[in-house]
Amino acid sequence: MLKSRLSGFIFQLIAFFLALGFVSLILVAVGASPFDAFKNMLNGSIGSMRKFAEVLVSFVPLLLVTAGLLITFSAGLWNIGVEGQIVLGAIGTTWVLRLFVDSSVHPAIVIILSIFGGMAAGALWAAFAGALKTFGGVNEIFGGLGLNFVSTALTLYLIFGPWKREGVASMSGTEPFPDVFALPQVPDLRISLWSLAIAGVAILIVYFILQGTYFGLKIKAVGKNIRAAYLLGIPTWQYSLYSFLICGALAGAAGALQVTAVYHRLIPAISSGYGYLGLMVAMLVNYQAIWAIPVALFFAALNIGSIQLPILMHLDSSLSGVLQGVLVLFVLLTEGVRQKFVKKV
Amino acid sequence: MNVELKNIHKHFGKTYANKGINLSVRSGSIQGILGENGAGKSTLMKILSGFIQSDPGGEIILGGNSVVINSPADAIHVGVGMLHQDPLDFPPMRVLDNFLLGRSGGLFPNRASVRQDFLDLAKQFDFSLDPENYVDALTVGERQQLEIIRLLWMGARVLILDEPTTGISASQKQKLFITLKKLAEQGMTIIFVSHKLEDVEFLCSQVAVLRAGELVGEMKPPFDTSKLVEMMFGKVVTLGERQPAQTGETILALQDVSLEDVRLKIKNANLDLKAGEVVGLAGLEGSGQGLFIRACAGLVRPVGGKVFLKGKDLTGKPYHTFKRGGVNFLPASRLEEGLVPGLTLTEHFILAEEPTAVFIDRAAGQRLAEDRIKSYNIRGTPTSTVESLSGGNQQRAELALLQSPLSLILLEHPTRGLDIESVIYIWSKLKDRCKKDGAAIIFISSDLEEVLQYSDRLLVFFSGEVSEPIDAATTTVEQLGQLIGGKGWPQKGDVNA
Repeated sequence: MLKSRLSGFIFQLIAFFLALGFVSLILVAVGASPFDAFKNMLNGSIGSMRKFAEVLVSFVPLLLVTAGLLITFSAGLWNIGVEGQIVLGAIGTTWVLRLFVDSSVHPAIVIILSIFGGMAAGALWAAFAGALKTFGGVNEIFGGLGLNFVSTALTLYLIFGPWKREGVASMSGTEPFPDVFALPQVPDLRISLWSLAIAGVAILIVYFILQGTYFGLKIKAVGKNIRAAYLLGIPTWQYSLYSFLICGALAGAAGALQVTAVYHRLIPAISSGYGYLGLMVAMLVNYQAIWAIPVALFFAALNIGSIQLPILMHLDSSLSGVLQGVLVLFVLLTEGVRQKFVKKV
Repeated sequence: MNVELKNIHKHFGKTYANKGINLSVRSGSIQGILGENGAGKSTLMKILSGFIQSDPGGEIILGGNSVVINSPADAIHVGVGMLHQDPLDFPPMRVLDNFLLGRSGGLFPNRASVRQDFLDLAKQFDFSLDPENYVDALTVGERQQLEIIRLLWMGARVLILDEPTTGISASQKQKLFITLKKLAEQGMTIIFVSHKLEDVEFLCSQVAVLRAGELVGEMKPPFDTSKLVEMMFGKVVTLGERQPAQTGETILALQDVSLEDVRLKIKNANLDLKAGEVVGLAGLEGSGQGLFIRACAGLVRPVGGKVFLKGKDLTGKPYHTFKRGGVNFLPASRLEEGLVPGLTLTEHFILAEEPTAVFIDRAAGQRLAEDRIKSYNIRGTPTSTVESLSGGNQQRAELALLQSPLSLILLEHPTRGLDIESVIYIWSKLKDRCKKDGAAIIFISSDLEEVLQYSDRLLVFFSGEVSEPIDAATTTVEQLGQLIGGKGWPQKGDVNA
């Protein structure tokens, strides 16, 4: 047990360096210095308090999404639809905020309501994917992918239709909400401690669900062997559906915080690909909720750090995406190699 | 083409599936291969048809030439074609496309000429197959016919048929037999693998019997059925002391239950099971006993009849309703259906208790696991994952998962693959639970001695036919062997006589 954990860690370390090496090769191929590029990325992410705050802004939705995905992964489900669930969370939150924007209800209550609204909308969207799977026999990957496209279309329709800005509709999104409807931020920084706390609580709750509750144990049993779980007396399809609902609610919370703490309006790219990035983080941490925190933080740092690259080195900022993707591939690859290796011994 | 197998060995891990088999089949003959499940029939045929390779040292000689067969493509190249028990075709495709598959060469097949070939072959054997029909619309018998002419068209001179009469109608069977006889007359070599004595005796010009991986005997007509049974199942061993059942209230009552799946139909099965009673289900794999036991668990919904559990009508109710009534089902494939690989023993015991609280009580779980591990003599620790246990210990773990109170235990092959010590242990535990909880047991086993030893009554299954309950105490292994092979059944019509 300990031995397999140790070998797992060593292989992950190897994967990490392989990924760095591979990206370095790409950089050398385009005539850039890998060393400078990595240094600039490091500087751009943790070089100053302001930059680190940006990293945290990116970290919050990523962690929330990963937390949700850990539940669906444990239930053996590939919730690709998480991207759309974030979008619906943002739409739900925007809708609630619009309802109360001219009312006399206290802004704090409106914000709380709007976040719950976003969670409900995300859960609803996930329930669609879950219902398609349980009652319609549609694989959750296909159902989720389809719903993702619908959610994007819905966002554009709202921005250019019923919720368009006074005067002219634009890709920059809906009319920003007054400042009182924003989650309070740390002075001079863009990060809101509230949203950080929400994400932290979420991952802790997921950790305890998976580690310490009968509910989590049943979810895991369903994910590992749905037929045996059924024979053991677990109502399997209900538990699949519950896991969709939880994941959707957490993804919805991520969308809600994108509106209330970051953009203060609905924009077309509100999900910013955090859903897909969250899938990668969840794959990397391999069901271990606590590891989601450092890995999500690292991925967020890569996202923010790479913003410096076009400015300083005329490199495209998508390099962070390349590094993230390559890292996941190498981790999965070395895990495959390790299992072959371990089996032989 | 003469077929000769010389010194064929094949082992999987420690067990030998084939052990030094020598067999020679002359061109133009129909060779029967008999044997119970796991005797090594399929392994031998898969070696001949290239699906698996024998251990080094063996030799396959076709028409006087030693050949090496490394894949099914190699096999058909040298003229060996195999018809599998489950037809290996592509249901969503058309008949003609299936026919074309496997043919090498040619990016653009000439459909018109192939179509003509197909129709000619079909006509020759009086098969009515529409080349443009989709395969999933065909019956099992028709798919078999398609596969036979496909193999012939691809140049097969040796045709292997694995349990071809399972799942086809009587008229299709008749047509199949006529076809096979015709092919043999044309000089084809037919190898007919079956467990059905009647079919083999009717069709074959020579029979070889396998038992536990070895060729134990050959016979030519006229066939001596009781001798064949003895060869298949081994010498009749004297059974130990039997314990008569102390029966109580009715646990399970089946009234004219009819069941259906893709292959089989069971009609009007009846059973009245009392507390304390053990009923064994005998029959070769796939004869309907699996369907039957799943119907008793509520996992298969009957298409007709009624199922009562302790007097309550549960017909058509889901498995979880049965489970709440104290029905426990232990499937044969332990790691696929019975246990959850990746979860520990403790986690299994916790789940089986059907907890209603929110938070897991780790300490209680640990105590529960230690207690169960001790009382069921499982070699493992509370934190062992189930897949790390040996087969016998997995089986004990499954027994330890039986809920309480218990009214009916359903077991599929409870002792398959276990050593004799584990077998005795597991049965003593089962009888214990039976007595303590006032439960009844229904179990499937392909071990005839086990069935006779531990059952009070037994039901024999043959191609979906279910016998009337038979008293186990007055039945011999040989009688049971004959029934399993389809002999000695009452003719239709006087079942209730």
